[in-house]
Amino acid sequence: MENEFNIDAISKLARMNLSGEESESLREDLRNILSYVNMLSELDLEDIEPTSHVVEIENVFRDDVVRESHTADKLFGLISDEKYEGYFFKVPKIIEE
Amino acid sequence: MEKFLSVKEIVGYISSDKNKALDVASYFAGKVKEIDPAVGAVLHFDEIKYRVSLDKAATDGKYYGLPVGVKDNISTDGWETTCASNILTGYIPPYDATVIEKIYENGGYVFTKCDMDEFAFGSSSETSAYNGRAFKQKKFKDGPVANPVNTEYVPGGSSGGSAAAVAAGEVPVALGSDTGGSIRQPASFCGVVGLKPTYGRVSRYGLIPFGSSLDQIGPITKSVEDAAVMLEIIAGYDEKDSTSVNIPVPDYTDCLGRGLKGMKIGVPKEYFSDGISNDVVDRVKEAVEIFKKLGVEVLEISLPHTKYAVPIYYVIATAEASSNLARFDGVQYGYRSGDKSLSDMYFNTREAGFGKEAKRRILLGTFVLSSGYYDAYYKRAQKARTLIIKDFKEAFKVCDIILTPTSPTLSFKFGEKENDPIAMYLSDVFTIPANLAGIPAISVPAGLSKDGLPVGVQIMAPHFKEEVIFQTAYAFETELKKR
Repeated sequence: MENEFNIDAISKLARMNLSGEESESLREDLRNILSYVNMLSELDLEDIEPTSHVVEIENVFRDDVVRESHTADKLFGLISDEKYEGYFFKVPKIIEE
Repeated sequence: MEKFLSVKEIVGYISSDKNKALDVASYFAGKVKEIDPAVGAVLHFDEIKYRVSLDKAATDGKYYGLPVGVKDNISTDGWETTCASNILTGYIPPYDATVIEKIYENGGYVFTKCDMDEFAFGSSSETSAYNGRAFKQKKFKDGPVANPVNTEYVPGGSSGGSAAAVAAGEVPVALGSDTGGSIRQPASFCGVVGLKPTYGRVSRYGLIPFGSSLDQIGPITKSVEDAAVMLEIIAGYDEKDSTSVNIPVPDYTDCLGRGLKGMKIGVPKEYFSDGISNDVVDRVKEAVEIFKKLGVEVLEISLPHTKYAVPIYYVIATAEASSNLARFDGVQYGYRSGDKSLSDMYFNTREAGFGKEAKRRILLGTFVLSSGYYDAYYKRAQKARTLIIKDFKEAFKVCDIILTPTSPTLSFKFGEKENDPIAMYLSDVFTIPANLAGIPAISVPAGLSKDGLPVGVQIMAPHFKEEVIFQTAYAFETELKKR
């Protein structure tokens, strides 16, 4: 299983560049961690239900009423100018010419 | 004001007088300036800001004037909130976390933010991005947070700044967050009290998330009584956190001083395996003797799946972390690389913004959730998590609380485990199970090792039984003081 670990593919999925040196040492670390994690294959988990949440939660309903929340003025007032225009976040061009 | 200051003493001294509240603030500011150049617990310290925060405190609040140290992953309006990461440098939240609102409503206020492992990823506070770059963040020490008991040693983590600040007397109380032991392990290393409440007891709204099914905010204090006071302030249902649970908050200080006669304490045999320090074993044995003296019946119990807790945790917590940290892409928060294409901006912002441990965990989490590996890793870990929960359910059929060491080892020196991720992860082996099961757990000081380093014992109880935890921890603390 651990041999299948492809750090280039994973870092692409995570949208994160890695320098050559960093990539090398992280690959080694992750191999070790995954072989440690493989301890879980000793367990017979055939009929066990997975847990995604530990306490019982119920759906909550409320009336849809307008009330004050975080104001855009305050939010945009706190971030640097080159990141927004009006009430919009500004990002580099998405569609190439 | 030179002696030990409990919350009650501070609040009693102030008795709703603003000038006295300012006296108390100056006293602690003096402590920060005197002690923190050696300890390095605080981030973004600012004497103007804490005065502004004090003005937000309700003057008719029960705890008017109580200064609080806040871990830097809890959103604080007006205060930079960075998770000790480069990627959030400069980020000021436009709102307060619910726990912070509750502190203001009760008369307390944000006194300083506290340093931590980056995004709470670590057990030593060494992964803070401001380790060695103090000037950037109004930090007094240009190096990692040190253990105030012995500054050659780490304070533990990830809430190491909060624990060190309390232990050093720079703040009377602090808030931390605990995903796998991040409140309890540093509390144990620094010789203070740290509580992880039941999952759902305290609102997570405004806590920058790490592992959403595991995270809880909790107090780090000098005494069990102060921890009870703090939990009473921050606990309760919050409509802004759908995982908070709507059950009443009891008066947690009420149960302090109640006797323990007739109670049953379970000591799990799996918590005394190889690799545990003799100093830790000695202190736990003494704790067992103390509980027996207090009329408690001590039973040996078994939590058979304990050894799987760390691998389960490192799959589930990293999976959740990789999704939670996807939002840090340069668009909205903090740091953004100056690239001309959107894709390059994402990739380069994240490369420059995250430190090595954050990258390690993001990659691991991305991998275990990726197509083809999801069932083999993530789903398997979720199933194994069910077994950990079952272990506790069985155990609590025969005992009221469970007593264990908080960490298998004492505090260690800087750099000792930095390059060995698995050794670092194992320092949370006894604290992780409570997060996986969502049960409350406290670390209480249990004395010192031969070399003078603090040892903590952990008390765990069933869901929402924090009262029983406070009752037993208080009785233990009181009895230990007599020795």
